[in-house]
This record gives sequence, C-alpha cells and structure tokens, in this order.
Amino acid sequence: MTTLTLAVQDSATMTRRSLRHVLRYPVTLVVAVAVPVLLLLLFVGVFGALKSSLGAHASYIDYVMPGIIAMTAGYGSSVTAQAVNRDSTEGIIARFRTMAISPTSMLNGYIVSALARTLVSAALVIAVSIGLGYRPTADAGRWLAAAGVIILLVLALTWLAVPFGLAAKTAEGLTGFVLIVQLLPFISSAFVPTGQMSGSVRWFAEHEPFTPVIDTLRGLLTGGPIGSNGITAVAWCAGLALAGYVWARVLSRRDINR
Amino acid sequence: MTSPASTPAIVATGLRKSFGDKVVLDGIDLEVGAGTTFSLLGPNGAGKTTTVQIMSTLVHADGGQVRVAGHDVVRDPAAVRAAIGVTGQFSAVDSLLTGEENLLLMADLHHLGRAEGRRRAAALLDQFDLADAARKTTMTYSGGMKRRLDLAMTLIGDPRIIFLDEPTTGLDPRSRRMMWQIIRELVAGGVTIFLTTQQLDEADELADRIAVLDHGKVVAEGSPEELKRSIPGAHVRLHFADAAGLDAAARALGDAFRHDDALTLEVPSDGGAIAVRELLNRLGDTAARVDEVSVHTPDLDDVFFALTGRPTTETTPEMENAR
Repeated sequence: MTTLTLAVQDSATMTRRSLRHVLRYPVTLVVAVAVPVLLLLLFVGVFGALKSSLGAHASYIDYVMPGIIAMTAGYGSSVTAQAVNRDSTEGIIARFRTMAISPTSMLNGYIVSALARTLVSAALVIAVSIGLGYRPTADAGRWLAAAGVIILLVLALTWLAVPFGLAAKTAEGLTGFVLIVQLLPFISSAFVPTGQMSGSVRWFAEHEPFTPVIDTLRGLLTGGPIGSNGITAVAWCAGLALAGYVWARVLSRRDINR
Repeated sequence: MTSPASTPAIVATGLRKSFGDKVVLDGIDLEVGAGTTFSLLGPNGAGKTTTVQIMSTLVHADGGQVRVAGHDVVRDPAAVRAAIGVTGQFSAVDSLLTGEENLLLMADLHHLGRAEGRRRAAALLDQFDLADAARKTTMTYSGGMKRRLDLAMTLIGDPRIIFLDEPTTGLDPRSRRMMWQIIRELVAGGVTIFLTTQQLDEADELADRIAVLDHGKVVAEGSPEELKRSIPGAHVRLHFADAAGLDAAARALGDAFRHDDALTLEVPSDGGAIAVRELLNRLGDTAARVDEVSVHTPDLDDVFFALTGRPTTETTPEMENAR
C-alpha cells in the first residue's frame, strides 16, 4: 500500500472513531439541534414584531434563520473543541502519536466527523424551521451555493476548534473559544441589520466574519442583495481555516502537553 | 541478560532536557540490550516519564542522541514508532468506546485487516481477563482494568520494544502481580521492555538491568544483585524508653547506629525471627528497656540514601505528574 492509501485509510479509521462517539451519545446531536431551535423560537417570539424595520423580509423567521444556521455551526465547533480536548487530556492523542500514523490522519478524522455532525444538525434545524414557517425561496442552484457557504463556515470553525482543543490544558481552558464562537453571531447581522446598530457595536458587527456569511446565506436562501458579501464570506472562511490548519499542524508535531 | 554481542534495542547518549529553567534530564547515557528488561528506577520528578517521552518520539530532547531499534528518534520518528509500543502512567484509552472497540481501533491503525484484528482483539481480551467487560464502555472500568486494556492496546500491534511507564502505580496487589506475569511472558517472547518504576521490588522482580535516576542523572546502574550489594542491608530498629537504656544497649550491641534524639538504635541484621530473638536475648542481660522493635528491609529510600546521601522525599513530585 502506498503512503497515500494508508493516510486515507487512517483518516477513515479516525473519522469512524469520532462518529461512533456521536452515535453512542446522541444527546450531543440532540443538544446541537435543540439549542439553535430554542434560540429561533425565542427570537421569532421576542423580535417578531420588528418585521416592519426589516425591509424586504416579510417575516422575521426568514430574516433570522441564516443567523441560526451560523449559530448551529458555532455550537458544533465548540463540541469539536471539547472532543479534541478530551482526547488530548485523556492521553489517547499521545498514544496515537507514538504509533506509525500520520498526524494529518488524526486531524482529518476530527474535521470530517465534525463536518458530518454539524451538517446533520444544520439540516435538522432547517427542517424544524420550515415546520415553524421558514419559507426559503431559493432554487436548487442557490440551495447548492448556500450549502457550500455552510460547509465553508463549518470547515473554518472546525479547523479553528481543533488547535484550540489541542492547546488547552483543561476543558476550562476552552471557555474563551466556546464563548467566541457562540456569542459572535449575536453581535452580527443575525438578528438585527447592522445598519440599525450604533457606534462601535455597529462597526464591530459590520466587520466580524459572521456578518458577511450570514448576509450571503440570507441572500441565497430568501433573495435580496449579496453584493461583495459573498467574496468577503469566502475570504474570511478560507483565512480562518488556513490559520487553524497551520496552527493545528504545528501543535500536532510539537512536544505533547505537559 | 545483556551481552556485548547483541545489538542494543535502545541507545541514549548525553540526553538533556529542560522545561523552562528546570533541568529534567542532565546528560543521560543508557543502553538496553535487545530482548532484555531494563528498568529506570527513581522517585517522582527524577525524569523517568520525560525519558520515555523522548524515546517514544513524544518530546524532543534539548541535547543528546537516542536510537531506538536502530533508528534516530529525531531523524526517523516514523521508523521508531513502527517498532515500539507505549503504555503510559495514565491509561490512554478511549473512554467513550468499549474495550473491544478500543482494541479494534488499534488493530485498524496497525492495518491488520478485519479478520486478523478481531482474532487478536478476542485473544487479548481473554488473556487480560477482560472478555466479560469487552462490550462495556471503558468509563465503567476499574483502574486495573483500564491499565490492562491499555497494555493490550499496545500489544495488538506486536511491537518488539515496549515502554512501560510506571505500569503498576496505583494498582492493587493482585492487578500488580498480574501485570508482572504479563511482562514476564512478553520477555519470554523476545520483546525488549523499558520499564520505569518507583519500586525497587518491581525492578528487582522484572529487570535484567536497573538504572537509578535522580534529579535527571543516572546515579547507579547494574544488575539487581550489583545494585543491592551497593546498599545497606536490612536492619532492626529498637526504640528505648530512656537515654540510659539506649546507652546500655549501645554498649551491649557494639556495631549499631544510634539516634540519640529518637532514642533508637539501628542494628544490621537479616531481619529474620531467629536473628531478632538473639538480638533481644542479648539485651535481656542489660537494664535497657525496649519499647518497640521494627524490622526494616532495604527499599528505594535506602538505595537513594546510599547513592545520593539524602532521602527521596526531597525531589519535587509535581514535575512528572502532568501529562
């Protein structure tokens, strides 16, 4: 067997391991769906009355769903960071690193399983939202593009989650990362157009990565202008993914945590 | 036993490692013959775990060279990894998987193939007395069970060189005996064992050669017999009611070591019942009143005291704990 087939085989083994964790404890998946759905209900219930200020969006749920999808991705990446950290503190990563397996295979296992898990939760969240009255107007092509944006976002967040999980010496050390990925969508265009914010909050919301991703998704799913948001969203995701990848590679070759 | 003719399984020369300004390994030279059991003996913080981590490619040394199975750990870590198995101080098992799944995971990572992987996993579960718990998640396992599973996971790839970092620390006596038996069987099968331990009896029981590590330096090396000859033998400790008794006994017994503050005498002895009775008979003729008699056999503390001139407790325990 060549090195490449071995690496693919090892990546598949690692992915199976992580997916088995999810299947063994499906509560992770249930929470990953329930949290965004609860937020959706909360925001639609609380802010639904604001619809007059939202321009073309007839109903608030149509406005808010792309943000909820982004939050699903954010939550998924915090689960990934915790899983990686558990492996790291449990010592199983040290075991893998004394075996003749390429470090890339281990990282690939995390990425592929996280992608699968988060896409399944996102699909479930979208299904529930349609039951609640979400009416995307996208055709097949735009759905495909939206799926591409979601995959990019999940890849970016997961590639960040892995090195954070490897670097933290304890689960508590992940609090910062978890807060960032779970709170950042709140200060974006997820729930209110950034134009209605003021001062530094507005500046922040306009320049943080979730806003262009959410605006792009919204444009793709329910129509409306995307403009330069598409390119900005892709650039952010690619940049974050690359930064996370490089950091993870460095960590996976460095001395193990002491 | 090591013979000069056999190709060494592990050779370390001038190994150095510091964490920050803390020197953990201060120039270590070791040679482990193929098919032998080598024990690195020392207290917490001596640098045992760090040595294993460097030899198993987990940590880079600051200086020096290590060759494992003929391969340099820095230049060719993949070849080293292909030859070794490592069972650390803290069981590295996947706590969300069952015992059987853990073993099959290792089998897959060794590319054993489905049938062969299942066959070896089943055999190891039997051999390590884990067959009944094979389908339970390892979260429900006791410490001894986890440690056995950990070793089984190491063995499934059939490594020729195995690192065991304090494999029996924290185990109950029965699990400890069981671990010793497994290690003996491995050696009988021609495997090289690099064992770290804090316990002299464990090293004595299993090792062909022992190196005593203290503050990052090898302070003694030799066969268990050579090492034991270098340390004081057993002694009987007598505690007296008063200083007068101590004086009288010291005069009567002659070659005893006296601690005036503690009102004790240490008398060299094999510690057997006959020797103790004889000793007490000799004191019976004097006015000395013995409050307490205790028999002391050589342990790691004695080795350390003899080799370094101070007890083991002076070393810092926090150094090796984190991982």
